[in-house]
Amino acid sequence: MALKIVKGSIDRMFDKNLQDLVRGIRNHKEDEAKYISTCIDEIKQELKQDNIAVKANAVCKLTYLQMLGYDVSWAAFNIVEVMSSSKFTYKRIGYLAASQCFHESTDVIMLTTNQIRKDLSSPNQYDTGVALTGLSCFVTPDLARDLANDIMTLMSHTKPYIRKKAVLIMYKVFLKYPESLRPAFPRLKEKLEDPDPGVQSAAVNVICELARRNPKNYLSLAPLFFKLMTSSTNNWVLIKIIKLFGALTPLEPRLGKKLIEPLTNLIHSTSAMSLLYECVNTVIAVLISLSSGMPNHSASIQLCVQKLRILIEDSDQNLKYLGLLAMSKILKTHPKSVQSHKDLILQCLDDKDESIRLRALDLLYGMVSKKNLMEIVKKLMLHVDKAEGTTYRDELLTKIIDICSQSNYQYITNFEWYISILVELTRLEGTRHGHLIASQMLDVAIRVKAIRAFAVAQMATLLDNAHLLTGNTQRNGICEVLYAAAWICGEFSEHLEDPLSTLEAMLRPKVATLPGHIQAVYVQNAAKLFATVLRGQEGAPADRTVAQETSQLLIDRLPLFVQSANLEVQERASCILQLVKYIQKLQQKDVEVAEEVTALFAGELNPVAPKAQKKVPVPEGLDLDAWINEPPSESESEDEGRKPKGKAVFAKEESKHTKPRYTEVDEKELAKRREVRKAEQANNPFYIKASPSSQKVYQDGVGVEHIPVVQIDLSVPLKVPDQYVKLEEERRQKDKADKKKKDKKKRREKGEKGRRRKGDSGPESEEDITPAHMVDITTEEMPENALPSDDDEKDPNDPHKALDIDLDKPLADSEKKLPVRTHRPDEVLRSPVDDGEGVEVVPELKKKSGKEKKDKKKDKDRKKSKEEKKKKKHKHEEGENLMGAGSEVPVQSEDSNEVAAPPPATTTNEASDLDFWLSNAPVPSNPQEAAKVSEAPSASTPEAVSGMAVVPPDSEPEEAKDTEPEDTKSSKHKKKKQKKEKEEKEKKKKKKHHHHHHHSDGAGDESVQNGNVEEEEPLPPMSNYALLAENSYIKMMCDIQGNLQDGSQVVVSVIFENKCDSFIKAMEFNVLDSLNSKLQRPEGAGPHDGLTVPFQLPPGISNEARFVFSVQSIVMPQKLKGTLTFIVKTDDSSTHEKLDFKLHFTCTSYLITTPCYSDAYAKLLESGDLKGSSLKLEGVSQPFHHLLARICFHHHFSVVERIGSCASMYSRSIQGHHVCLLVKTADQTVSIDAKCDEPGLLGNVLDEIKLTFSQC
Amino acid sequence: MIKAILIFNNHGKPRLSKFYEHYSEDTEQQIIRETFHLVSKRDENVCNFLEGGMLIGGSENELIYRHYATLYFVFCVDSSESELGILDLIQVFVETLDKCFENVCELDLIFHVDKVHNILAEMVMGGMVLETNMNEIITQVDAQNKMEKSEAGIAGAPARAVSAVKNMNLPEMPRNINIGDISIKVPNLPSFK
Repeated sequence: MALKIVKGSIDRMFDKNLQDLVRGIRNHKEDEAKYISTCIDEIKQELKQDNIAVKANAVCKLTYLQMLGYDVSWAAFNIVEVMSSSKFTYKRIGYLAASQCFHESTDVIMLTTNQIRKDLSSPNQYDTGVALTGLSCFVTPDLARDLANDIMTLMSHTKPYIRKKAVLIMYKVFLKYPESLRPAFPRLKEKLEDPDPGVQSAAVNVICELARRNPKNYLSLAPLFFKLMTSSTNNWVLIKIIKLFGALTPLEPRLGKKLIEPLTNLIHSTSAMSLLYECVNTVIAVLISLSSGMPNHSASIQLCVQKLRILIEDSDQNLKYLGLLAMSKILKTHPKSVQSHKDLILQCLDDKDESIRLRALDLLYGMVSKKNLMEIVKKLMLHVDKAEGTTYRDELLTKIIDICSQSNYQYITNFEWYISILVELTRLEGTRHGHLIASQMLDVAIRVKAIRAFAVAQMATLLDNAHLLTGNTQRNGICEVLYAAAWICGEFSEHLEDPLSTLEAMLRPKVATLPGHIQAVYVQNAAKLFATVLRGQEGAPADRTVAQETSQLLIDRLPLFVQSANLEVQERASCILQLVKYIQKLQQKDVEVAEEVTALFAGELNPVAPKAQKKVPVPEGLDLDAWINEPPSESESEDEGRKPKGKAVFAKEESKHTKPRYTEVDEKELAKRREVRKAEQANNPFYIKASPSSQKVYQDGVGVEHIPVVQIDLSVPLKVPDQYVKLEEERRQKDKADKKKKDKKKRREKGEKGRRRKGDSGPESEEDITPAHMVDITTEEMPENALPSDDDEKDPNDPHKALDIDLDKPLADSEKKLPVRTHRPDEVLRSPVDDGEGVEVVPELKKKSGKEKKDKKKDKDRKKSKEEKKKKKHKHEEGENLMGAGSEVPVQSEDSNEVAAPPPATTTNEASDLDFWLSNAPVPSNPQEAAKVSEAPSASTPEAVSGMAVVPPDSEPEEAKDTEPEDTKSSKHKKKKQKKEKEEKEKKKKKKHHHHHHHSDGAGDESVQNGNVEEEEPLPPMSNYALLAENSYIKMMCDIQGNLQDGSQVVVSVIFENKCDSFIKAMEFNVLDSLNSKLQRPEGAGPHDGLTVPFQLPPGISNEARFVFSVQSIVMPQKLKGTLTFIVKTDDSSTHEKLDFKLHFTCTSYLITTPCYSDAYAKLLESGDLKGSSLKLEGVSQPFHHLLARICFHHHFSVVERIGSCASMYSRSIQGHHVCLLVKTADQTVSIDAKCDEPGLLGNVLDEIKLTFSQC
Repeated sequence: MIKAILIFNNHGKPRLSKFYEHYSEDTEQQIIRETFHLVSKRDENVCNFLEGGMLIGGSENELIYRHYATLYFVFCVDSSESELGILDLIQVFVETLDKCFENVCELDLIFHVDKVHNILAEMVMGGMVLETNMNEIITQVDAQNKMEKSEAGIAGAPARAVSAVKNMNLPEMPRNINIGDISIKVPNLPSFK
């Protein structure tokens, strides 16, 4: 064996390491691929060796090759092996390789779960760190689900290094496993106020990333972020927060108002350009969200524009670029402020940096006016000539067209000029935008009637010079222009001076080289021209022969097109050819044909706007959602009767969309529907609980006074953010529509006169410049009352959609803990859905709102009374609950009214808190409110404040009363359900726990599989967590594991579970050390000092802490006495409590599951160093593989080999003792022969195994 | 979110690639090539931002890069990152490399790409910025290197002797047979201060 070792080490010295590989590749420049393939062969050999160092080296090289583009997925299993090495050096190599090449469809990834879990709980912070970093790159939904709990625990780790990584990775976990968001969120929120700046920054990072996608769920965090923004000095954090506010302000205009001041202060004070820039950006967002034209904000706009000007004038190109970028955002809402910096922007057009020129081009769009359009375009045309790159030139081209054509050619005063610009642009070679120019030509020629003569003349020239265009073969996109030219010449041929020559030009043989669709237009329009020519010629009798010659021309030239490969061309050409032949016959008979031929093309083609059909408004009185035939079970009168009477304007929009229908459906039917829906939800893994607002339960037939309408009324002012935004949007849209209508009318009127008078329609003040022609688009092409265009929809595949979860809703009991890992994922998934059936837990709310209290001290009193009320209410409910338990026939509301159902008191409470915070600086977002502000003398007095808060305080009790009866009834039902569910859940939880731990040491499981044991039957659940101690307050479960890193350490993981209704804090864990075993205390602590448990426990919560013990001898089991002291804090008092426990270090806990290859195992047995012992177990009835699994799991063994009913197993102690077992079974008797180099240890282990089996 | 971090030299040879979203190896190479193409044709003295290539999400993403002597450091980010912030981050990254490698040059990156990855992992995790404080980054990197060294030493904990022998963990042997790999001229990165 020794020889082998020496030989191996010499081998290793000659192995290539990464540096050698790189050097080799550099030395084989000519045959790199060949060299690398030999290297890969070597690596394959190295991976086959048992030596982990060799494997790690090979994996390291593979990581490099992966960067060069070689697929290394074949080595995935080896990477997992290296990841599971106990050495940090190799582990890191393994995780790096995994992070580079693992992804969701890598199948070995599922093997890593337990390894990662082990690493996460490693006492070495860098093992944990490396695992977290790796996991962040390849986390899958399965991994996220299985490890979410472990990572959540790490968020409260003692080391900030781990905390910040754990916090950051939670974002990835949320993405893959959205169910974890709600349970984890409270802790994430806590981390915003972590003492360590790194952790804080990570938390800000994660929340910003979440909020960016679903901002409305995070509005309630605004006060917290506001506090951070005004207190933090970390620019990185500030930038993130300020960006976040930029995303939040559109939802809540009052927030923006509050932000303006601190942001302006920052803009004035900061020296960091990055921060300044983000502040300016957010101020812009705020200004956009506030309706424009607020007089007192012009100062802010001016400030922004000024600062941006400084950026743009800076010599740093980056600042210049960003300045222009931000400028373009202002442009949309405040074009005037930007226009005053026209000089600067035009100057940027000459910048040598293309990106900057492009940004300046974006801005030009808003710079143009009737006065300067021609000047600007002239400048751009110069740039077009100078531009080298085609992309930039194309960009210029589209910009020119954009600028000129914006808002229906509003700024063009002279269309002759525009046509000549377009013709000028056709000189561009190799542009992709031929079709764009073409469509502009068509557009202008069709819409501007007065320009047609000029346009036709220009187009005729273009056609005549067509050889210039076609000269550069078909790939030249510019030939598209000919499509327009041909059509215009044909359609408006009456304007042509010399139609015959144009006709001749269109039938040149060279035309056949054009793309088919253009040829088709040529042929068709040649016919139109022919008609025109005939008419001109037949007028004068002398020209009869000339007319016949024209026909002959067509007959001669058309066969070229008849032969075309393009079907369209062929068809048209042959039709027209036959037609012309017939005409020629008639001509020969001296029949006048011109009239009839012209009739073929009579009438004008009118353009139709692309969206015209869509924009036909629904006529008044027509309800597209209404039933055409009444559905049988619905009674219309009921619907009428429940129609909200005093429905406010706010709710109108909603009701229109959702059409709440309260129908009298019999209970059976309802129950059936409910079942169906539940089943549907259960089968949908991505079903996320609806917010409680949608879970209204109505009791049927109790009384009319509980109609939900009442609540809609009240909730409207409470649920501010959405309402205001909606209102504002509605108003704006209406305004826009009105204005558009008016404009249209105006334009129509003017258009008629203007044709003669050449009047002006532009809304701008530049009436002095009169355009030559008018463009009358909308009147003719659009239907009456066209609606403004509809907004685009969100991408349904966006992974962030699943994270659109209401976070303000208090956590349900079952949610506090993340679902723990189980075999059957759907079970886990179903559980949150079950709670979704409407458990509102009021007590939680108290806690939560209590936390937020800090921010709203003023609000305290009001809230206290509210809470008391709620408490009373709660008690009241419970009382009723007992009494009325027998008579509940609840009817669940249908989906349709779920949407319309108002949010219950719980959420409104949150909302009103935010309102209160915001109301310190009320924003009059509509004129009415503005009036209110001016009425209120000072906004700082409490009365005024509450007046401004959108909740009128006196309306509150009423609201409470109103909602109460319903709530009681619904929650009566819910309560019962909740209880039942709780019981079930507890059962489930226990089961899950078992599953969890059964898996948590799955290394044993895996090795069973290594030993070719198939799982014939599911294994019974097992757990390593044994009850440590328990009293009425707290329960402690513990698991003891050896630490492979350090042979003298044992890690004790203790799960603390709070069993009472009070808060448990200041937990101290202390153990009386023995000579052999000592609790490791932080430096400086005395030998009798306790360890503080790094977390507190809210009611019902459990959390895990790890304690490290140092042991000297591992031969004997040990018992250590210990005490846990803690403070139980109730609302009014707090008591010190303690709980004694005994920690039992079994010998098993010193063993570590270590895989062993059979040849090494054989050598070990042959070596003769081991001493034997044996054990017989009678009456063991379980299947053999269960038995093995049990030994593997409980005693940390791994199966080396299994043959029939005989298996060899191996384990190693933390101090390196080998333990070998040979397990045989026959007729319910199990005999275990064991060998170990430490007989004492072996004896104790065997005793423990015996104990395990006697217990089951 | 940072979508990818790429380092390549003036000829487009990748020196480090870190993608925070999965792409196949081929696509990764194409992205590197495309990015190199976009970045390399830009003059010095132009701004350091440009729209991402088509393969990596087009206009949704932005490329933010810096060019140091022979190397391009390119970060591909989405709109949630601050452009100037990322520029600073690149600077911190390069300065950290400079400290860790003591006057870093392209050769360091060529031969020790794993170390560069380890340093990067302390700054950016899963596409999100983990740490921006250079001293903190260096402390953590050093601590891990120390651990690696102590593991490599055969004089490590005697309790591990068995596993050490079993694992045949011999110290790294210096085997610089042809260290004179100097045919390639690699100027040092300019100093940053």
